[in-house]
Amino acid sequence: MSKVQEGLLYSESHEWVRVEGPNAFVGISDFAQEEMGDITYVDLPDLDNVLKGEEFGALESVKASSDLYSPVTGTVSERNLDLEDAPELLNEDPYGNWIIRVHLANPAELDDLMDAEAYAQFIAK
Amino acid sequence: MRYYDKLVFELSKPGRSGFSLSQEWADAPLDLDPALLRVEAPVLPEVSEVDVVRHYTNLSQMNFGVDTGFYPLGSCTMKYNPKINEEIAALPAFLGLHPLQDPETVKGARTVLDWTDRLLAEITGMKHFTFKPCAGAHGELTGLMILREYHLSRGDEGRTKVIVPDSAHGTNPASAAVCGLEIVEVKSNAAGLVDVEELKPLLGPDIAGIMMTNPNTLGLFEKDIKEIAALVHGCGGLLYYDGANMNPLLGAVRPGDMGFDIMHLNLHKTFSTPHGGGGPGSGPVGVAEHLVPFLGVSTSGFHGNFGVILRALAYILMLGKQNVHLAGRLATLNANYIKECLRDAYKLPIDSVCKHEFVFDGLIDDGACEGKAGATTLDVAKRLLDFGYHAPTIYFPLLFHQALMIEPTETESKETLDDFIAVMHKIAEEAAADPNILHAAPHNAPISRPDETTAARNPILKWENEN
Repeated sequence: MSKVQEGLLYSESHEWVRVEGPNAFVGISDFAQEEMGDITYVDLPDLDNVLKGEEFGALESVKASSDLYSPVTGTVSERNLDLEDAPELLNEDPYGNWIIRVHLANPAELDDLMDAEAYAQFIAK
Repeated sequence: MRYYDKLVFELSKPGRSGFSLSQEWADAPLDLDPALLRVEAPVLPEVSEVDVVRHYTNLSQMNFGVDTGFYPLGSCTMKYNPKINEEIAALPAFLGLHPLQDPETVKGARTVLDWTDRLLAEITGMKHFTFKPCAGAHGELTGLMILREYHLSRGDEGRTKVIVPDSAHGTNPASAAVCGLEIVEVKSNAAGLVDVEELKPLLGPDIAGIMMTNPNTLGLFEKDIKEIAALVHGCGGLLYYDGANMNPLLGAVRPGDMGFDIMHLNLHKTFSTPHGGGGPGSGPVGVAEHLVPFLGVSTSGFHGNFGVILRALAYILMLGKQNVHLAGRLATLNANYIKECLRDAYKLPIDSVCKHEFVFDGLIDDGACEGKAGATTLDVAKRLLDFGYHAPTIYFPLLFHQALMIEPTETESKETLDDFIAVMHKIAEEAAADPNILHAAPHNAPISRPDETTAARNPILKWENEN
């Protein structure tokens, strides 16, 4: 059974969002890393604008390759460069390792995301 | 199987050689610009002739091929490659051809291309083929360039999207993206077929066409194809046929009659030429009459892998018009036979008559067989190696979590199929009794389970001389 961390917001494409003031950290859920299997490569975006629902990068695993979709609109202000050398961090601790930090352009969009309870129900389907 | 994993460089001893140049050759002055000469000698293995022969013979014995045993690799059509193909391709007049030869001196080769074109056109219902593409995905890209050229030639510049079913081969969306087209996915219905109702709202003036594989990657015939063709043509789009799964339709159904406008064939699958490490591919592209003017769209300057085309022609002529349909029918019969014999032990997610291949969704785990839950499709595939079989395709298509895709081809006798079925049942029994047997498999292979994760994260792709 995948872990769902309280206090985060979740998208249907299995990214999580942690809001800190005007910024949001984006990562992937435990369910996503379990589905992917051992992640071997993280393709990080340039420091640039992203749109909600738009691809911002990709993950590769032994099993598959999968695009990352931004759950929010804004400017990518920081990238977790540790993932370039250690993609396994996303398997080991998906909620402790964010992928990008986004300066939010439209915080109202956060209302569209699921809370932990709703996401737990979503992945149980 | 004797374990052998040496690189030819590891056999190297300074000064050892398998040949010697005559003094006359060795002393001959080089008429080259000194700027073109190497300063240091290249690092080449220094080995004797017997070293080389033993090295490659040992490596070849580590290999598994269709000449070694049953190779039920779904989606790959690993049929036997008749040796007469090799004899024809080895005729000196063909073997010595050079692609830049004076066209006046290659009329025989031209005849081979024209003849193969005529036969493939008859088999598929297309008008003409180009032989330039060297593999399936190369064919897809060529075909999509034809599709785009067609729309642009009509001033229809807004058609930028291609519809691809969720069951498609991964190369389909990849080829479309390389061609600069946007991909729109259409979902499959519960029967594993393209959902016509899901397709309808996607159609419009921005649709360049649809790419379909029929039978699809679940081995199921897209029975609504005529309606789909009418709908896509109705919105101004074209239909592209991915010929990867053409084998069961040989001599029975033609893509041209289903309404497809462009297609590629994998000669190395359907027409019995070596592949999967055994030889180069060939992905000729055929078009319906109205697209013949666009056939010149080119992604290569030469007529593909000529030797492969020649082998395919030999195969077609050997079967003959009267027998070509038997290949498809027997491939279909073999697949259905295995499916029906194994469905008591393996989960069949879609219960329907299949064509040349079918997909199980792992072992049945209905609670009655305690212990099976722990054995995955990967475990089953690894255990099959212990019994001398090539593993089936696993974890594709992506529609099912434990996909195990089996394609026996028409090559195999009932005895071979029965042996395979018995082994698959034995593996299911082992899974129920002691899944650890499967977890630790393969037990008899030279290496057990390679660490794929470390290999992907830190690949070592180059030999480095440690001295």
